Amino acid sequence: MTAPVLEIRDLSVEVVLPHGLLHAVRGVSLTVAPGESVAIVGESGSGKSLTLRALLGLLSRPVRASSGTILIDGVDITDLPSKQLHRKLTDTMSMIFQDPLAALNPLMRVGDQIAEVPLRRLGKSRAQAKVIALDLMTKTGLNDPEQIYGVYPHQLSGGMRQRIGIAIALSAQPRLILADEPTTALDVTTQAQVLNVLRDLQRDEYLGLLLVSHDLAVVSETCSRLYVMYGGKVVESGPVVDLINEPKHPYTFALLRSVPDPDHRVTKLIAIEGEPPDMAQPLTGCCFAPRCPFVTEKCREQEPPLGLVANAAGDAGRRSACWHVNEAQEWAAIVSEQMGDARP
Amino acid sequence: MTIVITVDPLAGTAVPQRRRQCRWNTPLLAGSALFGVIVLAAIFAPLLTGYDPIKQNLGAAFLGPGSKHHLLGTDELGRDILSRLLYGARVDIRVGVLAVVSPLVIGTMLGLVAGWFGGWVDAIIGRIVDVFIAFPPLVLVIALVFAIGPGTTSIYVAITLVGWVAYCRIVRAQVLIAKEQEYCIAARVSGLPTWRILLRHLLPNVVLQAIIYSFSDIVLTLLAIVTLGFLGLGVPPPTPDWGTMIQEGQQYVLTMWYMATIPGLAIVLTGLALALIADGIVEKVNP
Repeated sequence: MTAPVLEIRDLSVEVVLPHGLLHAVRGVSLTVAPGESVAIVGESGSGKSLTLRALLGLLSRPVRASSGTILIDGVDITDLPSKQLHRKLTDTMSMIFQDPLAALNPLMRVGDQIAEVPLRRLGKSRAQAKVIALDLMTKTGLNDPEQIYGVYPHQLSGGMRQRIGIAIALSAQPRLILADEPTTALDVTTQAQVLNVLRDLQRDEYLGLLLVSHDLAVVSETCSRLYVMYGGKVVESGPVVDLINEPKHPYTFALLRSVPDPDHRVTKLIAIEGEPPDMAQPLTGCCFAPRCPFVTEKCREQEPPLGLVANAAGDAGRRSACWHVNEAQEWAAIVSEQMGDARP
Repeated sequence: MTIVITVDPLAGTAVPQRRRQCRWNTPLLAGSALFGVIVLAAIFAPLLTGYDPIKQNLGAAFLGPGSKHHLLGTDELGRDILSRLLYGARVDIRVGVLAVVSPLVIGTMLGLVAGWFGGWVDAIIGRIVDVFIAFPPLVLVIALVFAIGPGTTSIYVAITLVGWVAYCRIVRAQVLIAKEQEYCIAARVSGLPTWRILLRHLLPNVVLQAIIYSFSDIVLTLLAIVTLGFLGLGVPPPTPDWGTMIQEGQQYVLTMWYMATIPGLAIVLTGLALALIADGIVEKVNP
């Protein structure tokens, strides 16, 4: 088995506040295999964006990474001098941002922004860089790239800007693309187009993709494996299909039931009662316990480990941080009964 | 019944029309026109007046404006005031504009570095800025010119030494905002060399405020030069210069009021033109 292109082990991020520490990310581990598309899902404040930023060394005071190991192709790069670390990271991965207008230099022609990395970092000539840029613009579905090459970001529509953003990310010839909510700022139609572009490119170029999103629909369209984050921790992980069909953590379960699903005749959506945990407080027990409908005494006292979930087919690479994983079937039955819906 | 919806994957990717935008607005147009007239008048001074600005004619001294051969009159030595005004513009505007360029460049670079790197770099530059800010700028310029000795070179040196501080502060503040913007983060993540990020991505986005300020700074510099001239520390006589003209005219201000008023008005007009240009740029950038 080939080493994962990216592996993060036990990453913690904290915010230094005047009255103490706020633990925003608490020991997150994840892997992305070459050519694999992986998603991190969670609500606002669950630490998913911070995980990406910490990975790229973009944290600035008062936010800091307190622990964690980053491996690229199975090699630990955490202890490299900062310059080499930065180079290794930028050689391996590039990033797509949430707001494509903010992520483009407003005073630079978009074509030049795509050509910049090939020209300045990959040692291409000016003409070669332009050819690469035009080619990438075609690949991301921009027709008439020659025309668009010379315009400025404010002259483009949101969807076109994000295509430029994707082209810029690809221009560095990365093996892994990090996407921080790449479609949140776009309307639904454009969102679908951009996701298609992203997914096709990921498959055709055999790129790794690490997508951060709060939108399960986006994730299920695009990715094959999923990490669900809550309260700065990964609470469940596994193949997207399995997680959506048969969630093994009450949070995932509730998250799925809070989204309308046209395939099932669900009469009511469930809101997850309560609020996310106060990250400034020390954690005892399961972080979801205060909001969990199936909470028991044990959940409040002991923190559940992110353990492997065995199923009929054996180990499918699924993990869940819940003491009551084996009761997942029963939750569904209870909720269906309460809601009176026809969901199987 | 089946409804087939075809989605064009390239929908919405039509090439945008280049926006026809108005390049000029009223203040920009008015300011540029006024400043253009002043600069042209200075350049073509020999064509506009037949008199040598330093030639004395004691027989024709103290003529009022509108006299037969002298449109704006003559001064106490019989020199034509129009000539002195136009030739003085050559000196004052040239020195004013040039004396702003080096503080603009130096201050912008230091502000860029201080804002981007932060930490001890920022602390050192910040303390130096504080020291300069502690003195009234004009007093500092006068003291420096006095120390170096009168003349245009010492005016350049003194104004550069004092003036960079303002640009440094303006640009540093802009950098602090801009460096948290996603395009700067994107540039960092793309692995470009730091100098490239600073000059290509950061500088064009932060320098505008400094350039706008530089227009009002030209006015301030002009006033500083005039003040120096008034104090006898400016452009050495007999070279015509508005400050020297005002200084000479003020002895006669009760009887020959025009001698000091005319160069004073020239300063006001130049300042107005530059202020209008600065306003126009602001309006153009933030409509």
